[in-house]
Amino acid sequence: MERREFLQKCIMVIVGASVPVSALTLIDPKKVFAENPQIQWAFLVDTNKCVGCGFCVKACKTENDIPFDAHVSRTWVERYVYTKDDKRYVDSPDAALYGFTESRIDLGRGEYKEIDKDNVGKAFFVPKLCNHCSSPACTQVCPVGATYKTDDGVVLVDRTWCIGCGYCIMACPYGARFFHPIAKVADKCTFCYHRLSKGLDSACVNACPFKARRMGNIHDKNDPITQIIMNERVGVLKDEFGTKPQAFYIGLAQEVR
Amino acid sequence: MWQEGERVKSHVWRPLYVVIAFVVALLVFRFFYVPNDFGSGKRGFMYSYHRKSNETEWKNQPAKYSVSGRERMHEYCSECHGEIVKVRSEKLHGIIPCEDCHGPALQHPDKPEKLPIDRSRGLCLRCHTSLPYTTSERHRIPGIDPKTHNTDIECVECHNPHNPSLEGMK
Amino acid sequence: MVGEIAKHAAMIVHGEAWTTKELFTLPNEYIYWSIQIVMYPYMTGLVAGAFVLSSLYHVFGVVKLKEIARFSLVFSFALLPVAMMPLLLHLQQPFRGINVMMTPHFTSAIAAFGFVFSTYACIVATELWLVYRKFFVETALALKAQKDRGIIDSFRFLMFKMLTLGAWDIGHEALEKDHKACKIMASIGIPVACFLHGYAGFIFGSVKANALWMTPLMPVIFICSAVVSGVALCILCYVVVQEIRKFMAKRKIARWAKDPNAPSIEELEGAKHEEVMIASNYLMYFMIAALTLEILDLIFRGYTQVKSWDILREVIMERDFNKIFVLQYGLGNILPFLLMVLPGRTVRRTTIATVLVLFGVFMMRYNVVIGGQAFSLSFAGFMDYTLPIIPHDLETFKEGLFGALTVAVTPFVLFYFINKVMPAFLKEESTH
Repeated sequence: MERREFLQKCIMVIVGASVPVSALTLIDPKKVFAENPQIQWAFLVDTNKCVGCGFCVKACKTENDIPFDAHVSRTWVERYVYTKDDKRYVDSPDAALYGFTESRIDLGRGEYKEIDKDNVGKAFFVPKLCNHCSSPACTQVCPVGATYKTDDGVVLVDRTWCIGCGYCIMACPYGARFFHPIAKVADKCTFCYHRLSKGLDSACVNACPFKARRMGNIHDKNDPITQIIMNERVGVLKDEFGTKPQAFYIGLAQEVR
Repeated sequence: MWQEGERVKSHVWRPLYVVIAFVVALLVFRFFYVPNDFGSGKRGFMYSYHRKSNETEWKNQPAKYSVSGRERMHEYCSECHGEIVKVRSEKLHGIIPCEDCHGPALQHPDKPEKLPIDRSRGLCLRCHTSLPYTTSERHRIPGIDPKTHNTDIECVECHNPHNPSLEGMK
Repeated sequence: MVGEIAKHAAMIVHGEAWTTKELFTLPNEYIYWSIQIVMYPYMTGLVAGAFVLSSLYHVFGVVKLKEIARFSLVFSFALLPVAMMPLLLHLQQPFRGINVMMTPHFTSAIAAFGFVFSTYACIVATELWLVYRKFFVETALALKAQKDRGIIDSFRFLMFKMLTLGAWDIGHEALEKDHKACKIMASIGIPVACFLHGYAGFIFGSVKANALWMTPLMPVIFICSAVVSGVALCILCYVVVQEIRKFMAKRKIARWAKDPNAPSIEELEGAKHEEVMIASNYLMYFMIAALTLEILDLIFRGYTQVKSWDILREVIMERDFNKIFVLQYGLGNILPFLLMVLPGRTVRRTTIATVLVLFGVFMMRYNVVIGGQAFSLSFAGFMDYTLPIIPHDLETFKEGLFGALTVAVTPFVLFYFINKVMPAFLKEESTH
């Protein structure tokens, strides 16, 4: 072989090999729908039922080894209080790990606001967690393929591959991600993937005494959760980002975002 | 300048050889470094480029809260703690899974043999702190002001946590 | 309770050390991208800008910039490894940094980094090789001719021999080829340099969750301010190095200064004046472009008043007012612009202006990166950033004042060593 020819071939082989085959497979929506997996997990939050006990947060932190002292959490509960003179207060002290045991609102920086009992208009609690979006912004921006969406719709993080750049944390419009204080990688709600695969409810669903949190297979038309999502008025958080969240909410207010 | 290339190898290409050497070295390294199950799932490259075996790793994590699940929990616990489970009134604390207060069962009764019992006020106050939120379900739960309500004793000294109806008070 | 028993000792999560939360912020929100991510676009900007300045001579034939162009090229090579440093210092798993090259996920802007950066490094290295090949060959031949070489000279001989890559021909024809190839590399280099920095802007501009960052103007703004900072730094360093050379020439300290052909003080002074004046003209053009785009972005946000404007207005107009309007625009843009545009411009005034410009571009990066995280995703709370000054653990060192200073000082240390191998200031005959 001519030296020049040989070099040319070398270059071609190298260029070819340096592009991962998977990088060339563009997303084919038809293919995605055709291979519709049987299971597609979705979450349903009924904010009307939540009393802010925080058992879900406690169960989640315990089940998933997120230290209680670390001021991050895979799930949390927010309290919204509207006063009659049209002021709005929101807080989530310690991510509601210990529930809401005080009537004063946490304003951060060690400041609190006591609201006059008679001035309270409407007030409610909203549990939050990762929305396991259909088009997750977080997995799109991961530079190394360490976070991904499984075929059954759960967004996971590969703890052995994550480089800890924080881009996914920045990209998530819901603040669902954080750095695990011990593993030192991005961490987030997994829908308790290990429990789901053992046929169990996720820890937070399991812990909720009021059934404010529920989970189901949205591809199963007979699933009670799917029935609710199909037949009742449910909303999602921040749909303007086009991430297609898979956590549905009953009783959402426009201030909840 | 290119026509001479046939006769004399043009020296200006030499940096390119160095670059090629680097790229080859990198690709060889990549071959050994990257797990071979790395690839895209059904969601395509954008959303599911990952190491496949990681899914199994997550699936295999042990569950801490009872493997019998919420609905079957009372049934499971009553195998040994039947008396206490029976006491529970379905309308009141019957809706609370045992593990919410007693902690995750793990492999109980093998390991741990005994589950620690949390008798702190904080546990009860999660639901029973009185909050003036009439539009929330919270107002249906009887509440007290923790700053004034028998501040020096634990709740369980008067109230039966398993059947907290006021008639059943100790 | 098992969970409560398993409590760890006081645990600080990443970002908590320098974040103060106010009003309602989501529990997981912290300023995750701190000072190193401010340094990162700042350093890549300097690299790209320095390269663009050197290309003005190599591609567009602005002959008057010849000397500063060669200096810029060497300096941009010294800056190269430093563009990567802040990223590595910021990673929670720095040893896995190579994963970006191993399993690149091309839908992520950061994944492009490894490749664009490497391509760019190759281009700069090649260009340097073409420019300095003659010098390498001459030095190697001179060392070869030397009879008894000491250890150091033997090592130098070996190094220069390797640097020639076996291309010993320094005839007129061969050098012409070098020159042509150099021009080609420089012209490929400009778009790659712009891309290198444009995508740094894309990293921020494409984060749809962040109301401040998300704008298609971001890459363009970043490129313009990159060129501004790069040119400013090159002018500044050029002036400083020339001052040192003048000092050396006067005292005849360095080896070259003892050479009878060494440039006289007047020569040095004259060359400096002309090059600085021309380079600073380019600096002003790019400053106008950068400022126009930034102000356009701000006006557009204020005029359209979408949902995020309420909170952005409070951050931009109230909380960060001093950082944005006083430090960035006032001290970092308008003042240096006036210094350069008012009649009777001198080298000294221009030098002061470049220092201010460098500060201004740094503040711009700071206000974008930190300012973008100054408000909560809930639009109902704020986060304040305090730069860790005295480090009390590795994290507060890496992402604190000293980490940032390490990054800032490294290019100068590198330049010192690179300058030994590829002298940025050579008499005409040795290079192009």
